[in-house]
Amino acid sequence: MEYLQQALFVLMAISAIYLFAKKVGEIRRNIFLGKALDLSDNAAIRWKNLLLLAMGQKKMFKNIPVALMHFIIYAGFIIINIEVLEIVLDGILGTHRLFLPLLGGIYNWLINIFEVLALGVLVVCVLFLARRNWLKLKRLVSKDLNGWPKTDANFILITEIILMSLFLIMNATDQLLQQNGTEHYAATGSFSISSLLMPLFEGFSNSTLIGIERAAWWIHIAGIFAFLNYLPYSKHLHIALAFPNAYYAKLDSPGKINNMPEVQNEVLYAMQPELAPANAAPPASFGAKDVFDLSWKNLLDAYSCTECGRCTAECPANITGKLLSPRKIMMATRDRLEEVGKNINQNKSFIQDGKSLLHDYISVEELRACTTCNACVEACPVSISPLDIIVELRRSLIMEESNAPQEWNSTFSNIENNFAPWKFSPDDRDKWASEMAS
Amino acid sequence: MKINTMAEMMANGETPEILFWVGCAGSFDQRAQKITKAFATILTKVGLKFAILGKEEACTGDPARRAGNEFLFQMMAYQNIQVLNGYNIKKIVTTCPHCFNTLKNEYPELGGRYEVIHHTTLLQELINEGKIVMKEGGSFKGKKISYHDSCYLGRANDIYEAPRKVLEALDAELVEMKRCRTNGLCCGAGGAQMFKEDEPGTSRINMDRADEALETGAKFIAAACPFCNTMMSDGVKNREKESEVAVLDIAEMIAESMV
Repeated sequence: MEYLQQALFVLMAISAIYLFAKKVGEIRRNIFLGKALDLSDNAAIRWKNLLLLAMGQKKMFKNIPVALMHFIIYAGFIIINIEVLEIVLDGILGTHRLFLPLLGGIYNWLINIFEVLALGVLVVCVLFLARRNWLKLKRLVSKDLNGWPKTDANFILITEIILMSLFLIMNATDQLLQQNGTEHYAATGSFSISSLLMPLFEGFSNSTLIGIERAAWWIHIAGIFAFLNYLPYSKHLHIALAFPNAYYAKLDSPGKINNMPEVQNEVLYAMQPELAPANAAPPASFGAKDVFDLSWKNLLDAYSCTECGRCTAECPANITGKLLSPRKIMMATRDRLEEVGKNINQNKSFIQDGKSLLHDYISVEELRACTTCNACVEACPVSISPLDIIVELRRSLIMEESNAPQEWNSTFSNIENNFAPWKFSPDDRDKWASEMAS
Repeated sequence: MKINTMAEMMANGETPEILFWVGCAGSFDQRAQKITKAFATILTKVGLKFAILGKEEACTGDPARRAGNEFLFQMMAYQNIQVLNGYNIKKIVTTCPHCFNTLKNEYPELGGRYEVIHHTTLLQELINEGKIVMKEGGSFKGKKISYHDSCYLGRANDIYEAPRKVLEALDAELVEMKRCRTNGLCCGAGGAQMFKEDEPGTSRINMDRADEALETGAKFIAAACPFCNTMMSDGVKNREKESEVAVLDIAEMIAESMV
């Protein structure tokens, strides 16, 4: 029986890790469907960004109460994982509280810390659920989140509440079993939070208590393995990808739009034909029509987005009722990329499906509303740039489809012919100066 | 007051200390021309030897690039860099944050490397060096001024303090809008929006921003960008507050207040 449980545990752990690794591989493959981009420079600055923005959650602290609550969940998640290590080893070895004899007095102290954090996580998750569903914070009830995204968010919070409760129930019943001197339940000393739950289980028979303790233990660890496999399908993937995304954050001035060397060269060769190489082939396409045309960093951005909507809450276009929502740009990019990924899974390589990110997922009206003000970029706690994607899609609209509002076409022709966006004579450019002279 | 072009300076064998990049708005827009003139007056008063490109200046390509027309942007950049490099320009000042951003951040990669500063930064330097001295009891003394952050100065280039420091020199009372500095709300003009109608929505960005500025009770809304200036002025006019609240560029305020 003992060995059967161990075997079952090992089987569960291996399948959970295998499935997770497989999905991670798919996501990695999807991200690298994007265009090459060399971000291997400035390692020191990038590590600093990772420490400040991802680990230190610097941008979250624009709103201190929320940042602290988020930090409790984050710290809790990381630190409680030390306890998960013991649980996994116990599962494999068929032991119970393996670290207790190894750590002695420190063990009780550690579990107490985990319990305080677990309670913290639990309370914050309840508050976050309330904020989402009853306080109806604007960015959390936006139509961007209709359907699955809203369910996803609630599911994550509820799962965390359940996992934390199971951890505390497990410890509470364990302490009762210790008091009763049950075999295998070695004395750990009292735990500060779970001991408060003990009255709930007072008077239960030893076998019932063992049943509850074991059930809590199994459901807790099975829940963790299940959650691990839920992550890659969820917005919650940010807990992992926020780190690489902060590392690969744009280091240039946010005002700098990425250069297109192929267009730069086309113009150069048109102006100075003697510089053109004999076999210069024009670029295949300009800007981004689909996810393949975006950079891998844009696609990493899409998977890193946790749909918090801070970008959209700051977007001047969205605030004034325009269709554009930077968050939706990121969600649409991920949705399209996932669709492309499924297509590849089924067909070995991508088979044209007659769809594209531009038009089918992101409309012209959305793209046209952007003022390139960088508010979304500034707002994002995990260094995502919706603006980058917007500009790439605009490039495709203009340069591939010649799809511009009439006023923009006039602006372009004015710039080209009169060297100013308005229809003034270039001869009058310094008229103001002659006015000053007289 | 004689404003020299680079061509004239070259012909006289002279080299300016700095090139004043006027920009399209500053050159052609009637409202923005006043900013240009105010800034040129300041430069002349402090005795800084400057020149303009005159008819040789052309749009930097900022709106074209942001609208998605990279070809047009590259054409303008090529042309401007040829002219600037031809005159061996080292240092540029501009009153337009869009030109500033493009010249400073986007031209270097294309072969145009210059020291580029925004006029508010130059004004701050001139005040610090004692070259700009304010009149006693200037017209802004003790008045409420609210500064509107331009996206292309602030978020794009991290310039938040220089404009505010210059305004402090006016001995005025600076009042901040609810959304300021990194959280500043755009005026609605960037990304080539200036040159087309708004997309359908519930309100206009410049109206929201003007309302926010009016809420501060400031008598003056200070701008540091000709496009912000237009957008904020339109917003204030729309609320029929133009007789009570003036939208002015920082250069205009300094020109009016300096000795």
